[in-house]
Amino acid sequence: MEEQLKGLQEEAILKAAAAQDLKELNDVRVAYLGKKGPVTEVLKGMGKLSAEERPKMGALVNVVREAITKAIESKQASLESEAIQKQLAEESIDVTLPGRPVKLGGHHPLTRVTEEIEDLFIGMGYKVAEGPEVEQDYYNFEALNLPKGHPARDMQDTFYITPELLMRTHTSPVQVRTMLEHAGKGPVKIICPGKVYRRDSDDATHSHQFNQIEGLVVGENIRMSDLKGTLDAFAKKMFGEDREIRLRPSFFPFTEPSVEVDVSCMCGGKGCSICKGTGWIEVLGAGMVHPNVLEMAGFDSNVYSGFAFGMGQERIAMLKYGIDDIRHFYTNDLRFLKQFSVHE
Amino acid sequence: MFVSYKWLSQYVDIADQTPEELAEKITRAGIEVEGVEMPASEMKGIVVGYVQSREQHPNADKLSKCLVDVGEAEPVQIICGAKNVDAGQFVAVARTGAVLPGNFKIKRAKLRGEESNGMICSLSELGIESRLNPKEYAEGIFNFPNDVTPGEDALAALNRDDAILELSLTPNRSDALSMIGVAYEVAAILGRDVKLPEPKPAEAAEQASDAIRIHIDAPEDNPLYIARVVKNVKIGPSPLWMQTLLMNAGVRPHNNVVDITNYVLMEYGQPLHAFDLHRIETGEIVVRRAAEGEKFTTLDDAERTLSADQLVITNGQEPIALAGVMGGANSEVTDQTVNVLIESAYFNGQTVRTASKAHGLRSEASARFEKGVDPSRVQAACDRAAELMSELAEGTVLSGSVVAGEYAPEPKEVSVTLDRLNTRLGTSLTMENVEDIFSRLKFKTATNGDTITVTVPTRRGDITIPEDLTEEVARLYGYDHIPLTLPEGEALPGALSPYQLGRRIVRRYLEGAGFTQAVTYSLTSQKRATQFALEVREPVALAMPMSEERAYLRESLLPHLIEAAAYNNARQMGSVALYETGSVYLNEGDNVQPKEEERLAGIVTGLWQEHLWQGEKKAVDFFAVKGVIEGIAARLGLTDRLSFQKAAPEGFHPGRTAFVLLDGQPVGVIGQIHPSLTKEVDVKEAYLFELKLDVLLSVERPALSYTPIPRFPSISRDIALVVDSAVEAASLESIIKEAGGALLTNVHVFDVYEGERMEAGKKSVAFALTYMNPEKTLTDEEVTAVHEKVLAALKDKANADLRA
Repeated sequence: MEEQLKGLQEEAILKAAAAQDLKELNDVRVAYLGKKGPVTEVLKGMGKLSAEERPKMGALVNVVREAITKAIESKQASLESEAIQKQLAEESIDVTLPGRPVKLGGHHPLTRVTEEIEDLFIGMGYKVAEGPEVEQDYYNFEALNLPKGHPARDMQDTFYITPELLMRTHTSPVQVRTMLEHAGKGPVKIICPGKVYRRDSDDATHSHQFNQIEGLVVGENIRMSDLKGTLDAFAKKMFGEDREIRLRPSFFPFTEPSVEVDVSCMCGGKGCSICKGTGWIEVLGAGMVHPNVLEMAGFDSNVYSGFAFGMGQERIAMLKYGIDDIRHFYTNDLRFLKQFSVHE
Repeated sequence: MFVSYKWLSQYVDIADQTPEELAEKITRAGIEVEGVEMPASEMKGIVVGYVQSREQHPNADKLSKCLVDVGEAEPVQIICGAKNVDAGQFVAVARTGAVLPGNFKIKRAKLRGEESNGMICSLSELGIESRLNPKEYAEGIFNFPNDVTPGEDALAALNRDDAILELSLTPNRSDALSMIGVAYEVAAILGRDVKLPEPKPAEAAEQASDAIRIHIDAPEDNPLYIARVVKNVKIGPSPLWMQTLLMNAGVRPHNNVVDITNYVLMEYGQPLHAFDLHRIETGEIVVRRAAEGEKFTTLDDAERTLSADQLVITNGQEPIALAGVMGGANSEVTDQTVNVLIESAYFNGQTVRTASKAHGLRSEASARFEKGVDPSRVQAACDRAAELMSELAEGTVLSGSVVAGEYAPEPKEVSVTLDRLNTRLGTSLTMENVEDIFSRLKFKTATNGDTITVTVPTRRGDITIPEDLTEEVARLYGYDHIPLTLPEGEALPGALSPYQLGRRIVRRYLEGAGFTQAVTYSLTSQKRATQFALEVREPVALAMPMSEERAYLRESLLPHLIEAAAYNNARQMGSVALYETGSVYLNEGDNVQPKEEERLAGIVTGLWQEHLWQGEKKAVDFFAVKGVIEGIAARLGLTDRLSFQKAAPEGFHPGRTAFVLLDGQPVGVIGQIHPSLTKEVDVKEAYLFELKLDVLLSVERPALSYTPIPRFPSISRDIALVVDSAVEAASLESIIKEAGGALLTNVHVFDVYEGERMEAGKKSVAFALTYMNPEKTLTDEEVTAVHEKVLAALKDKANADLRA
């Protein structure tokens, strides 16, 4: 019997090893270990054995069973591994082939600049104010200390619709409207982005339509030094921590004193083609709100003071990204626009 | 304004300032110096020469062979091509080795076999624009007057060793439109004195008032008119120093009398005019408004038709000058002129502006009148011109001036407190600091406690209110010295409004969905203004457009987006997905601000999906774009409120277009561009949409709240319905929803079939229905009961049968 078992074990192990696939292997298991298999048959025949022999034989049967089971399991593992290897080999791909494109659009560079500036000033406690692009002469000029006949409001520079209606030439009318809404009570702290229009012929540096973003702060004790500090913070966040600003006296009818604000050039003052060798780039116009403007908007200029500033998104985008022609912003060439869909 | 460094140094000591240093200081104090030109810096080796002899070049008709004394032992031979070269002339000679502007090096040369050791120069060759050259030398070489010596530095003699500062003046600083005005500014910056000319013309016994009478008919336009009479002038070239300083100031020399009026104009900022007295036979000057339609020939020989809002100087009979703008051809100073009348007047700026604009004549004179001249200089400038005519044109100045009118406004007094100055600027200046700044400006001050009262000279008409004083203090104190602070007071929270935030949400969504943002022009042509518009009105027109293409305000964003797509298509970019947010402008009637509505529009053309190596290509269709719109609605929480209704507005494909409705109200359109338009607009099959963004964003967005995730399983039933082809899926869906009631949690179309296997005029639409009860597990019987109701309703309302 012992002989028989040894023979079965040897035979079963050989058959398991020879199995070509999992099915054949299963057949081997059923054939040798199944209910009708020879090992079970041996077990059934154990009743005929003596009480001494029975446990001995039982142990031997278990050893044989285990040996066959082990051989089958090992073969099964190797067959499964082969199968998965085969599947993997079949399923292998060239990972360097291009992925299925997810269509991605992007911001227009002017929106990018606008949102960047908006977010920067929102962080400093400003609200964003907007207003109509077709304006009344009053809000665009008169309320800004530019009465009719003022030399600085040349008809030639403005798209008029009727003598009292025009395409706004700056976003300052939004400041006027916002101040009027505040009805003489501060504080006011806004930035006004938007499209503006001038009677210019379009060329590399001029556009009849462009964008402006203006800021206005009116309060009980607003100082020129606050303007300087605010714009210094702006320049550092917008252009880099190492940048500085410089104020040069200038003239705008709606501010007094008025200044032009230069930001130090990225060349670090060495002088380059962007700053034309001066080390400074003109970026903003600014000043203290003219008392006439405050009064016309219902603020007591003895109590309130304020500062205002303005800049052009086109110019800032041109400086920031090195764009050489303002017309690119309005041609909507995808080869241009797509360059601005990357997040910095 | 071009400021000659040499000329300026007559009035203020600037010897210790290089032109560049001076320019930087002027700029930082408020007048931008746009450039400093130093002509001599790009030239060398140019001397005065004396042409000893000239003869015809033996081998060239157009060349002369000259022997020129250049201050050396031997004269040099120079071949010269100028027609006007001749023996006996003093000329500018670029010697061998000299350099002319543009790094043009002069070398020894042989010209048609004759040696040439240098070049005789014209003024243009020495860097003076030809429009500034005196007429007689504009076409040839320049001749010095006789007071130069061969061998001396020609550039110095021509004041080419000067530095010219180009000032860019803001409209408030017309006080700096004169050498004296600039001198005041520089004196204030440097803390120095101003040396003013003190004109005292030597006068003859004869009274000017015997020679001319003046009457002003329009005192508001011309409050003051002063004239002097200079007799027996010898017309000729003005001295070289004057001609060269004028050229450095950008003024072309003519003759001594005209040059003197221009010189004094530049010096004082007071425009003058010289009349030939013999042409004023009447002996009187009458200043009056022109008659409507009156004809007058200005000295540029153009006949002009005047109008009643223009002011003329007349001889009592006919105009002899358009006041402040240009003199008349009939009274011009010529080579034959003997007696001269010098006009120095104060003309109203607006009157001059009206005339100069009407005739398109802008001159140095009109520009100054328009901005307002200093009334206190009218007399001095007249005296100065008379003095110079006596000195430089051998004229006899008659005794006295003839003065009509009176204009001597008192200098304004403006007060400000020290506290106000410091609180506006954020500085801590002392009264001494402030007084010092005003004394540098040559403003008289008086202090009373904290208040300083400044007497502002008439030359600074721009200073009228305390803030103007603040600016003077700030600019001369220096903005660099103002500290950096931030506004104090209550901290305000900054934020976008819900509307502004919504706009950003929509933009981000569209960009994620593959659309690139475009920005197009608001101004357009008449035709495009109303094309594709959701609401067509008479478009708003510009009064004075610059072109037909930009003459009207748009009522839709689509025409320019289509143009942008066509632009890209034409440049090998066949697949385009662009969107824009922006205003359209709807006419509300004359002189009423148009209604501005913010719209969102887009165009998609070409492929919607493309994955080449896997052979996947899907062209854009209506449903691709509709999905995008539905996505916007989902982002804004409007999914259940948005619907689509078939429509056929102008410009769109009538079978493939829908209005977009919000709560049943139209808020936009989506559809294919009409195939018959594609050729005209140069795009192929393209899908468009335009939505009333302002309406979508003004809807209050629902607050987010959590709904528990269902704990009980749902049961799905699919049905394929056979209906008439005309039946719309949306109507079937709403029947299903209505009949399904609360247990029906979802329904969607999963198949549509119309074709051979269907009866003609019929189609099959398949829906997947999901039933669920959030409270308990549904039984099959419960679902069947509802489902039967749904099928019955479909049969009843849409004659829908289950597909066999």
